[in-house]
Amino acid sequence: MAGKIGVLALQGDVSEHVTAFEDALGPDGEVSLFRDASDINRFDGIALPGGESTTIMRLIQKAGMFRPLQQYEGGIFATCAGMVLLASEVQDDSLFEPLGVMDMTVKRNAFGRQRESFEADIECAGLETPFHAVFIRAPVVTRVGYGTEVLASLPQGYVAIRHGLHMAFSFHPELGGDLRFHRLFLERLGL
Amino acid sequence: MDVVSAEQAVIAENAGAVAVMALERVPADIRKAGGVSRMADPTKIVEITEAVSIPVMAKVRIGHFVEAQVLQELGVDMIDESEVLTPADEEFHVDKKAFSVPFVCGARNLGEALRRINEGAAMIRTKGEAGTGNVVEAVRHMRAIQSEIRMLKGMDDQERAGYARKIEAPFELVLDVANRGRLPVVNFSAGGIATPSDAALMMQLGADGVFVGSGIFKSENPEKMAKAIVETVHHFNDPKVIAEVSRGLGEAMPGIDVHTLTPDERLQTRGW
Repeated sequence: MAGKIGVLALQGDVSEHVTAFEDALGPDGEVSLFRDASDINRFDGIALPGGESTTIMRLIQKAGMFRPLQQYEGGIFATCAGMVLLASEVQDDSLFEPLGVMDMTVKRNAFGRQRESFEADIECAGLETPFHAVFIRAPVVTRVGYGTEVLASLPQGYVAIRHGLHMAFSFHPELGGDLRFHRLFLERLGL
Repeated sequence: MDVVSAEQAVIAENAGAVAVMALERVPADIRKAGGVSRMADPTKIVEITEAVSIPVMAKVRIGHFVEAQVLQELGVDMIDESEVLTPADEEFHVDKKAFSVPFVCGARNLGEALRRINEGAAMIRTKGEAGTGNVVEAVRHMRAIQSEIRMLKGMDDQERAGYARKIEAPFELVLDVANRGRLPVVNFSAGGIATPSDAALMMQLGADGVFVGSGIFKSENPEKMAKAIVETVHHFNDPKVIAEVSRGLGEAMPGIDVHTLTPDERLQTRGW
């Protein structure tokens, strides 16, 4: 599939996202890193990696990317910290101002600290068999706005959601080689 | 970034650090204090974990698996089995596979890195010489690991098996490194990084990130230094950015020439 995906390369599991999208797109696709907003509009979709949301947001602001990311018209594939960035509101933290790209409330570290990180097979709407999901100091979505599709949830909250061209995950679909969510994302982008 | 209080942890978080190391003393002060250096007081660690949302690491003595059990119980996000503290076991490192919390360990060369990974380390940091503000040992160790990896890539499997025996590392891991062209876990650089240029140097030599220990809070203006080093690590290939952020930082931490250290004073030789 020809198609251009950009991976935000400020902090986090950048190379894992690159590999996953390279595999999902195949040899005709192009996956590049970006660290500023100058060329994001040439991408059909962008990935916001997992990492530390506080750190990534600070670097987004420093690089002048806050507005350009808000105004970006392609699809956004966000995992873990990326999900926090996309939210409109972060629970229990009024100081953190997310991008507000998706109307939803996110709770950070919803499962606890590192030692509470876990892997689980979860049922997901749109997938025939469960997805093996890796949760690392993961956030959850506690409220979604109108028009948001919930693809998967756990007792703590929603862990996979979709709105328009965007997809956001508490866990890390870029780890483990199961690219079904990547394909769903690319499909909606027409790739 | 190494921090010794909640205030310092908040400064590090605001600067853009991806994690903090909760300590009672930074390595430069551990070096000065001498004596036996141990895991930090749990009160200190809890104070720091409660102050920030980024992950908190803490150090245990090499081989001290009970200190590690305590840190896991306290909920730290990663344990550093560190040569900066006085080793508790001169024969065995902690069996890291027995823990659910991930570990980072120091290494000076590929063999040491792979032995730690085989014990269950989820992350490696080159040792450098902690608390000196002198980057020379960090450079030596990073170059050693990278050059060994490049050598492995050019060998056939028989030669790789021979090399695995020579560096006392499991053959499967040696093979894995040769195929990937890198360690199977992230490799950060540590021990002596004191300026933005030091940090960029280590990144350009192939580090996935850097640990800054005494370099932040022993400098004249920790807040500025912390921000400048974060900025540099994200733009490590861009001398323009490095030049810009290096302006007016004030004095970096006072340094020590590693050649003046006696063998006993060299922390990097702890562990094997």
